[in-house]
Amino acid sequence: MTMIENPIGKAARTTAGLPIQADNRFTPRELDGARILCECLLAEGVETMFGYPGGVLLPLYQVLGEYPELRHILVRHEQAGGHAADAYGRVTNKVGVCMGTSGPGATNLVTAIATAHMDSSPLVAITGQVGRAMIGRDSFQETDITGITLPITKHNWLVMDTKDLAETIKKAFYLAQSGRPGPVLVDIPKDVFQSKTYFAGYPTEVKLRGYSPNYFGHGRQIKQAAIMINQAQRPVILHGHGVTTSGAYQELAELAEKAEIPVISTLQGLSAFPSAHRLSLGMPGMHGGIHANHAINESDVLIAIGMRFDDRVTGNLKTFARNSKVIHIDIDPAEIGKNVPATIPIVGDIKNVLQVLNKSVEEKTHTDWLAKIAEWKLRDTKRRAAEMDRRGILPPQFIIQQMRQVLGGEAVITVDVGQHQMWVAQHFEFEKANSFISSGGLGTMGFGLPAAMGCRLAIKDQNIPVWTVTGDGGFQMNLQELATCVQDDIHVKIAIFNNGVLGMIRQWQSVFHDKRYHSTPISGPDFVKLAEAYGIKAWRVTEQSEVARVIKEANEWPGPALVEFVIPEAEMVMPMVPPGGSNMDAIEEAE
Amino acid sequence: MAIATANQTLHTIVVYLEDEPGALNRVVSLFRRRGYNIESLSVGHTEEANISRMTLAVRGEDEVIEQFTKQLYKLLEVVKVTDVTEDSTIIREMAIIKVTADKPESRAEIMQFSEIFKARVLDVAADAITVEITGPEEDVERFFALLRRYGIKESVRTGRIAIARGSVANSAI
Repeated sequence: MTMIENPIGKAARTTAGLPIQADNRFTPRELDGARILCECLLAEGVETMFGYPGGVLLPLYQVLGEYPELRHILVRHEQAGGHAADAYGRVTNKVGVCMGTSGPGATNLVTAIATAHMDSSPLVAITGQVGRAMIGRDSFQETDITGITLPITKHNWLVMDTKDLAETIKKAFYLAQSGRPGPVLVDIPKDVFQSKTYFAGYPTEVKLRGYSPNYFGHGRQIKQAAIMINQAQRPVILHGHGVTTSGAYQELAELAEKAEIPVISTLQGLSAFPSAHRLSLGMPGMHGGIHANHAINESDVLIAIGMRFDDRVTGNLKTFARNSKVIHIDIDPAEIGKNVPATIPIVGDIKNVLQVLNKSVEEKTHTDWLAKIAEWKLRDTKRRAAEMDRRGILPPQFIIQQMRQVLGGEAVITVDVGQHQMWVAQHFEFEKANSFISSGGLGTMGFGLPAAMGCRLAIKDQNIPVWTVTGDGGFQMNLQELATCVQDDIHVKIAIFNNGVLGMIRQWQSVFHDKRYHSTPISGPDFVKLAEAYGIKAWRVTEQSEVARVIKEANEWPGPALVEFVIPEAEMVMPMVPPGGSNMDAIEEAE
Repeated sequence: MAIATANQTLHTIVVYLEDEPGALNRVVSLFRRRGYNIESLSVGHTEEANISRMTLAVRGEDEVIEQFTKQLYKLLEVVKVTDVTEDSTIIREMAIIKVTADKPESRAEIMQFSEIFKARVLDVAADAITVEITGPEEDVERFFALLRRYGIKESVRTGRIAIARGSVANSAI
């Protein structure tokens, strides 16, 4: 019988012994579901939740006031609440919590849950459901949210008995942040909130028979990988967001420095390795540096760490790293061999694996290899300098460079989706780990502002700036949250790159779709007046000379602030690999 | 993944999963979402309480089947996945067929075929016979082919179920 090697070692599993431990300070007593939920959230150490009340959630909101330690941020749209909780989770590596009522409240969360799912973000979404007797009758505001979110959650539950509530919440939090993190949804019917049960306190451990992530890589495989790395002539590290979720920053730097291996960071991996490091090659793929794509292509050993070979990274798979042997390290066994075959697969937590691997990796230099890469990089450096140095307009690349200079390496930057996202990725020199928050997998417009709210609330040190860089398109998808920023005094700083068009779509129309600019010109309000109408301080910048001063002013303003940068309409993100094309065929200049 | 190529073979996969609400839904949703070619699926209780056993016939290249099993393992309810394709495996399917038998000679022939195939006659009406056959899929197929010319009024098939020969037992543990 061929027993399929169980990739995540499903033996006896409990949460015991893991760092996720609940603080159990509760006196057992008879309690209703709503209070049980609050007690559970407290025990999990939840401080901030993003939610919106509604009919079936009323029993919960009835008791929320008894728990002042649970700060509830009333968002203006559940989607934004989901993104804020997602970013809160990413930037703290703890679980973000969002809530929505049944029906539309729950479906409004769907985009945010899918975003968190694609980017492996620890999120718990709590939704209200109609009363148990009403389920399945097409009741008012009833929707099958566990059915809807089935493919976009790590797991979800509909709690049909108040007795199961505490254990389900425990499971949800454990699941969301263990192994490969992801969103978990718990759907709670109104009368489950209302019925009472004996509550013995938050469970300290739960059993999940079918779940036990493998945190430690296979020793022999790691040894093999070390041998391969030691023999490599042209090694490259290609890392993703897994380094961040695992907190393996030092281990990554140690591997790179010990064996002198250049490091390429995927979009989601950015900020896990300092951009200014002499071994950093920045981002690969569609809008990556030419030198980064060349380095992957010419490498003999490709060390893929906590990444999943997304199509925006690889371009055409048939031409991707054809001559490289691939060492693939990831905590999710299903990622290995999904898109790119692995010569040496290692399933485990990045930090643990690298700690063992680094011991067997020899100190080495790769002078010739680095010199070759530096040669490729010259072209990139020249192009970047030319982009930066243009008179009479406001180059977006220049704005980002100025932002970095004024804000410093401590700043946390969230982005929306589109051209500005790529410019930040290319030009913002990330220094601090986990300081770049972006919807990379799903590419969700409207993510930037609520994500910045989540980060601002998560980062206690108010001296650390939190900015969102967004476009005039994406900003308009969730601008209603300006009101939330004012009501709850959330000091986010907003930089809108306004070019009056959906820039990235227009760029594709320009290069691949016959310059037919259909539906990409987009109007907006006067953003400065809009901000002022909400009671938010705002500036408009049109001149290069004003950029640094205004960023400084906005950053120091004691409240939320908005800066609109008026940038050219036809500006493009370069280089650019045509979709489905080979990474070696990047366009460097638009016609 | 659903594109047919020459390297595709039919795999028999046995899955043990916990009896949670929606567990079957999750497995089926996975097939649809990732485009796997499922030819048959049968599911039922096991000797262990709260554990179901599912037998799947999946067509695909080896790498696709490997991905498939990894994706199955990601589902919380899935406890164990075994590929029994290469083993000396007993595979059985059951079918119940209602066939037209309005002439005495056809009735006799159907009874005769049933005997040869060890099929059981479950019911006889004036113009129809209902028979049950259990056996390897090829036998069920051949039996169907023989009965087709009399006119099949209705039929139902279970899909394959599988168990390994010998004394080694598969279980959820």
